[in-house]
Amino acid sequence: MCLGVPGKIVEIYENSGLQMGKIDFGGVTREACLAYVPEAKVGDYTLIHVGFALNLISEEEAQETLDLLRQISDLDQELGQENSTAPQASAAVLDQKTDE
Amino acid sequence: MKHLSEYRDAHLVHAIAAEIRKTVTRPWVLMEICGGQTHAIMRYGLDQLLPPEIELVHGPGCPVCVTSLELIDKSLAIASQPGVIFTSYGDMLRVPGSHRDLFSVRAAGGDVRVVYSPLDAIQIAQKNPDKQVVFFAIGFETTAPANAMSVLQAHSLGLENFSVLVSHVRVPPAMHAILSSPQNRVQGFLAAGHVCAVMGYWEYPPIAKKYAVPVVVTGFEPVDILQGILMTVRLLENGQVSVENAYKRTVTFEGNQPAQGVINQVFMECDRKWRGIGMIPASGWCLRPEYAAFDAEQRFQVNQIQPAESPICIAGQILQGLKKPDQCPAFGGECTPQNPLGATMVSSEGACAAYYRYRAGLQV
Amino acid sequence: MKEESITIQGPVCPVPLGHNEKIVMGHGSGGKMSQDLIARMFLPPFDNEALRAGDDAGVVQPNLCTQLAISTDSHVVWPLFFAGGDIGRLAVCGTVNDVAMMGAIPRYLTAGFILEEGLDLGVLERVVTSMQKATAEANVQIIAGDTKVVQRGKADGLYINTSGVGVVTPGVEIGGALAQPGDVVILSGTLGDHGIAVLEARGELGFESGIQSDVAPLNHMIAAMLEASEHIHVLRDPTRGGLATSLNEIAQQSQVNILIHEASIPVHPSVAAACEMLGFDPLYVANEGKLIAIVGKESAEAALEAMQKDEYGKEAAIIGEVKSAPAGRVLLKTTLGSTRIVDVLAGEMLPRIC
Repeated sequence: MCLGVPGKIVEIYENSGLQMGKIDFGGVTREACLAYVPEAKVGDYTLIHVGFALNLISEEEAQETLDLLRQISDLDQELGQENSTAPQASAAVLDQKTDE
Repeated sequence: MKHLSEYRDAHLVHAIAAEIRKTVTRPWVLMEICGGQTHAIMRYGLDQLLPPEIELVHGPGCPVCVTSLELIDKSLAIASQPGVIFTSYGDMLRVPGSHRDLFSVRAAGGDVRVVYSPLDAIQIAQKNPDKQVVFFAIGFETTAPANAMSVLQAHSLGLENFSVLVSHVRVPPAMHAILSSPQNRVQGFLAAGHVCAVMGYWEYPPIAKKYAVPVVVTGFEPVDILQGILMTVRLLENGQVSVENAYKRTVTFEGNQPAQGVINQVFMECDRKWRGIGMIPASGWCLRPEYAAFDAEQRFQVNQIQPAESPICIAGQILQGLKKPDQCPAFGGECTPQNPLGATMVSSEGACAAYYRYRAGLQV
Repeated sequence: MKEESITIQGPVCPVPLGHNEKIVMGHGSGGKMSQDLIARMFLPPFDNEALRAGDDAGVVQPNLCTQLAISTDSHVVWPLFFAGGDIGRLAVCGTVNDVAMMGAIPRYLTAGFILEEGLDLGVLERVVTSMQKATAEANVQIIAGDTKVVQRGKADGLYINTSGVGVVTPGVEIGGALAQPGDVVILSGTLGDHGIAVLEARGELGFESGIQSDVAPLNHMIAAMLEASEHIHVLRDPTRGGLATSLNEIAQQSQVNILIHEASIPVHPSVAAACEMLGFDPLYVANEGKLIAIVGKESAEAALEAMQKDEYGKEAAIIGEVKSAPAGRVLLKTTLGSTRIVDVLAGEMLPRIC
């Protein structure tokens, strides 16, 4: 239910008492409200939904996730799809800490 | 596009799909509770990549689809009044009410305008001081911070000609409703990533525990969805009931605090009727009394609405994940995106529309 | 959360809405609603062979030696000026292209103007100058015209209707019903430029992109293609309703299956970004300077080369092929290798909210 599109903050300013930003979606720019990401800086990536930034996108987490997934992918390639020892290895890399 | 294209990488997608195939040893029924995820699954044919043991059912995650018939009729009544500029997000315009939709109201002379953001509706109110501007504030928790901000802005700018017609719905009560139903088949949940970007996922552990159903916060791109499915299946295979996060680049456990703060400032919990499901207690958000001045329902006195329900389509059962769109006898025949019987066919992310657009009659 | 269990009611559903009483904007979107309106309201009373063919222009044979392609188009775009073009250029190119899509050399246009009271003459002059440039580029002449004025508020400044006529090159037979299994599907360039440029010019959705409309006369490119290949079966310009709608129309007319490959479809990155942001699908966005060519395998490469040499076909690419089944359907192979159906545009394209 959430068309949230990632975009880069290229400018920050104020308008009518709200913190606003100019967001670059990769060739297309639009204004969005940054009231919910007060810590945002120019250059940050953020998730935009109906003209509002909902969260900053964490470069670190993104990289970590992609690295983990690519490890599965490489493991798959090396060992072939039928190898039954592979799941153990990738189970370790994919287990994310439960917070409860 | 950064933070988008990487998650559409075919190589990665197939690797995760292969991993899912390796992990699965028995059938599992998973529900995704977000229309945007349904849309992505259909658009990329992700279910074609899954092993047959995995059944994906589509939950009521389309706020357009679950907005009650009564409220749609109220919106039509308000939009038809002279001197009103009725503003709305795009796909609400085609949702059928008892007798007509917002397009027909426009055809009959109503000033109905699509806005991309609630702040656009505020600007319209500022530019048209002699008109009453009403904004149709629908959505799940994802859209609530934006909708709430429009009320705060109207308040701080002293706009007397702005009001909102609120139809917010919350995910956790819907999950309770689905999981507590005697007909429930869902064994694992893919939680809606952008709802969780706002709310965090602290609300889910009690649900997971109560119904012994694992929940994995999932994003929207092919890699994200498959990763969510993989993590859920892994939990199911290991008999683990827990809540995990497969969308860590955007979602934290606590969620967005400033956004939750504004939501709590402007809205309070209330009962809400879900189209196709019925009344779910405490499943909605309504304006707090302090902001009642901005409530369009009160400003326009539209209380004599008699919604005309007629049980032709099975949108209700589809919204609860009990049936698939193509199991509906009207699907693709009497009920198509051009001639929708129910909201699930109208909304571009409704399960039926997604199915029709991408799958109707497909035999490949 | 209260502990009581929830009774889930049975299915609820409203009365179907067919929009059978009043015209709504969806009827003008070029998609299914438009098609239904034409089929229901216009075809039965006006019925004849040329109209029934359902192509971009009507082809008639007034005498043994001459086949004429005749087309008409009304232009109601707002705003009148947008990045890369204006209503005048659109009016000329739209009709020139419709005639050329039948394999005819467009020669003569008519132009009817409906002017709104209060329209600035300077604006009209700009539009007319643009039309003059376009006719020179396309090598056509406007040989008849008409002007009417309507009261303030009854037209968005200016509406233009153009009709065009051209002689079908002898020996050339092109039409929507002529696609055959085994044919190659070629697209002349990037999708969605015009639709996004106009949306941006309207300013209602508040984005900036620098995207230019692709509005252009394609008759010279088509002439070069016809020189290069004798096996051009279908030509169509994917205007309102986009590539998806046009391919569906052809699949229906020819009763074939068309399979396109997502990875091969050219889309400008800024157009892709705008579509992502709004929730649009580039397959449905309007184009005014692009064409689809369905060509026999034997000379598809030659046709493609001819296109790529033309200034309006530099990014031409093979995007798919024609098969026999399932007939009447268009399928798309995604970048992930899965296959899905591509349907016609239902009504008006609306920005997705969620």
